[in-house]
Amino acid sequence: MSLTNQEYEELSKRYSKNSKAMMNIPKAFIIGGLICALGQGLIALYTALGVPEDLAPGACSMTLVLLSALLTGLGVYDNIAKHAGAGTLVPITGFANAMVSPALEFKSEGLILGVGAKMFAIAGPVIVYGLSASVLYGLVMVLLGL
Amino acid sequence: MAKKLGKQTYVMDTPPTIAGFAAIGSKKEGEGPLGQYFDVINFDSTFSQKTWEKAESKLAHDTVELAVKKAGLSYQDIDCIFAGDLLNQCIGSTFGVRELGIPYLGIYGACSTMAEGLMLAAFLADGGGMQNIIASTASHFCTAERQYRFPLEYGGQRTPTSQWTVTGSGAAVVTAGGGAGPFIRAATVGTIEDKGIKDAANMGAAMAPAAAATIQQFFADTGTRPEDYDLILTGDLGQVGSDLLYELLLREDVDIKSRHTDCGLLIYDPDKQDVHAGASGCGCCASVLCSYILPSVVAGRLKKLLFIATGALLSPTSTQQGESIPSVAHLVYITSEPGQGV
Repeated sequence: MSLTNQEYEELSKRYSKNSKAMMNIPKAFIIGGLICALGQGLIALYTALGVPEDLAPGACSMTLVLLSALLTGLGVYDNIAKHAGAGTLVPITGFANAMVSPALEFKSEGLILGVGAKMFAIAGPVIVYGLSASVLYGLVMVLLGL
Repeated sequence: MAKKLGKQTYVMDTPPTIAGFAAIGSKKEGEGPLGQYFDVINFDSTFSQKTWEKAESKLAHDTVELAVKKAGLSYQDIDCIFAGDLLNQCIGSTFGVRELGIPYLGIYGACSTMAEGLMLAAFLADGGGMQNIIASTASHFCTAERQYRFPLEYGGQRTPTSQWTVTGSGAAVVTAGGGAGPFIRAATVGTIEDKGIKDAANMGAAMAPAAAATIQQFFADTGTRPEDYDLILTGDLGQVGSDLLYELLLREDVDIKSRHTDCGLLIYDPDKQDVHAGASGCGCCASVLCSYILPSVVAGRLKKLLFIATGALLSPTSTQQGESIPSVAHLVYITSEPGQGV
């Protein structure tokens, strides 16, 4: 075969379909938007039930995490995410799913090296770089005397 | 003893026969177009086991058991089994056959394992001193996902070029000399080809050059043409890989399109079963061969078949380290009549 790697890459791109962005992006927008609207509704509900205003967002996050974990456990979440893509990935529900799904999956390898260690296989990097970014942010704030 | 023909092809002296074969699948395979051809469809994808790995081993075990039974043999008659799978250290196979007491030779060819096993079995049956040899492999969607990709319940999206790992298995008993067929007439051992594809979600594109190289080599070695065969059956190139295979071979003036189909395109319904570019996994071509194809050879509907199983020789580590995907394809020439040569 006389094709160079670059020629073959171009050839393979011609036959490899791209993701349907025109379908995927609106679906992500709508489902992601619905989750956010649900969150807003929860905050309003908790506030109406007498939860102090500064604590209501936390209670909302906890509820969304619980719902996401529950739907993951019931095997429903991935079916929604298949259509929603970033719509279910970006909100806090995506983070919960990324923790719960490996915990379920690796139960067979035991509680320590299975559930305990593998739980962070997907979400771990988010925690590491999230914390690193917050430390950096803190340093900048201190140095600028804010 | 097989004789070398050309560069990479070996022609059997007394073509060994495939005396028995069996295929088992699960729910998705049962719902596919080939569901009715499987020996067993188990709608419980756990196969009543506690872990997915045990489920795959059970699949491997049951298929070997059934193939031996269908060949009218017992385990004592089997001289050797060639088996392999996609799991680390091939535990799907070793744990599956550990209780059978059959001399074991583990092989790894990723999804090319079935062709690799069949050709090794044929070589040993044709002058290697062995009488009955099993070639077997299995794959399970759930073990492959957790090893190569994400947990099952993780909410990710699969790309259009990705393929669905078959939960299925195939086993064939290859017997020396005589018998009623199907017969293994020749085999071409493939070279490792790597055209720089790095996308592990586009295995078809990674494997097409290997399939093209082996098919082209077989025609060159034997001096035959695609029209000389009833069916050219590749393993699990899927839609993307099949299209690329035609294109690559056309550039070498070999047109296989009218004779070709791919197991990865046969086993599922691409419109209804949401498998994107098709099927993959060791069990894909093994189960299609042992359920749908070989009975047609036995019945004489297919007289001359080229079976080319393709394997992507990557690992999760190599993918994470940014390596490209080397691939291999092995060809086994199967006929309904014993004959001589090619």
